[in-house]
Amino acid sequence: MSTGLNDNEIISEVLNGNQQAYAVLVNRYQNYVFTLCLRIVQGREDAEEVAQDVFIKAYKYLADFRGAAKFTTWLYTIVNNTCISFLRKKKLDIHSLDNEKVFEVADSQDSGMRANLVEQKSRISMVNEAIGLLNPADAEIITLFYKAEQSLEETAQVLGIEVNAAKVRLHRARTRLKEKMETHFIEEVRNL
Amino acid sequence: MTDNNSYTSSGNEGMEYRLWNFIDGSVKIDEKTVIEKLLQTDASWKAKYNELLQVNDLLKSSELEAPSMRFSKNVMEEISKLHIAPATKNYINNKIIWGIGFFFIALLIGLLVYGFGQMEWTSGSESSISKNINKIDFSKFFNNSFVNAFMMINVILGLFLLDNYLNIKRKAFRKEA
Repeated sequence: MSTGLNDNEIISEVLNGNQQAYAVLVNRYQNYVFTLCLRIVQGREDAEEVAQDVFIKAYKYLADFRGAAKFTTWLYTIVNNTCISFLRKKKLDIHSLDNEKVFEVADSQDSGMRANLVEQKSRISMVNEAIGLLNPADAEIITLFYKAEQSLEETAQVLGIEVNAAKVRLHRARTRLKEKMETHFIEEVRNL
Repeated sequence: MTDNNSYTSSGNEGMEYRLWNFIDGSVKIDEKTVIEKLLQTDASWKAKYNELLQVNDLLKSSELEAPSMRFSKNVMEEISKLHIAPATKNYINNKIIWGIGFFFIALLIGLLVYGFGQMEWTSGSESSISKNINKIDFSKFFNNSFVNAFMMINVILGLFLLDNYLNIKRKAFRKEA
């Protein structure tokens, strides 16, 4: 049906009453949205619940999408806000997203288990594992920039920050990721 | 360093920051030229560049996670019960916003005109503006309870009418949808 259409054309169809056309958008972006949610809320069940909520919200407010930015940028802004609300509901400290201590605690909890699994990991899953060890804010910006096909400007827009701030945040996230890989995946890093 | 407006660091970290920007293509032309030269002449820069490039490639190769098979179906089932909300821009008319703005500006100008009207411009020979302002008898209009009450009622009525208007608009739009 609407598979050959671009995002804006599908949105027009949906707004004109073709509700089923929305399934194309869901299928097209479900992996991106789910991955992003998973990086932030860190739990498959929760991530799926939040991702579903994201698509429902996006549908409900689809008329508010003006097409000024990419649909994905708008969609990821909903992901960001929905994930933050979810974490708030779960009474997790949102400010801890940038907190080094939380990052270190998560690190120490996971390191033992992960060290045993290291040898079986492929390069790709190693990166995914390493991203999973990061704090949610770092994991989010890396996923947005590398996997969600967002430019630095769009990433900044999704996160509601200045481009320069996004640049610095991305740099710090990558530095931490590199440290994670060097600490937990020594063998893999050596073999690169 | 030409591209470090928000990030200042020295040594290795500063080098990494500049190299990451170089890899991302978010450096200005002059900075790009400087880094390209450093990569040709400085072995430590070259080594770090290769290291970061590998991390960059790895990140690009990472895979997306997939939700459960029923995900799309679940979403479609949920949205079948919903209606798309009317666009905010359609029921919040810009003219109304401007109207409110003009209403308050007119109110402010009215107050100022009234205030200046109360001034005795001919009395006294001091030319200082601050002294003239001190001569305004604010109590004359701020203590006038009738004027205050009248303005307050106007403001409340204005907001009430606006709310009514927006409600009608929203309902009409929902019907259309």
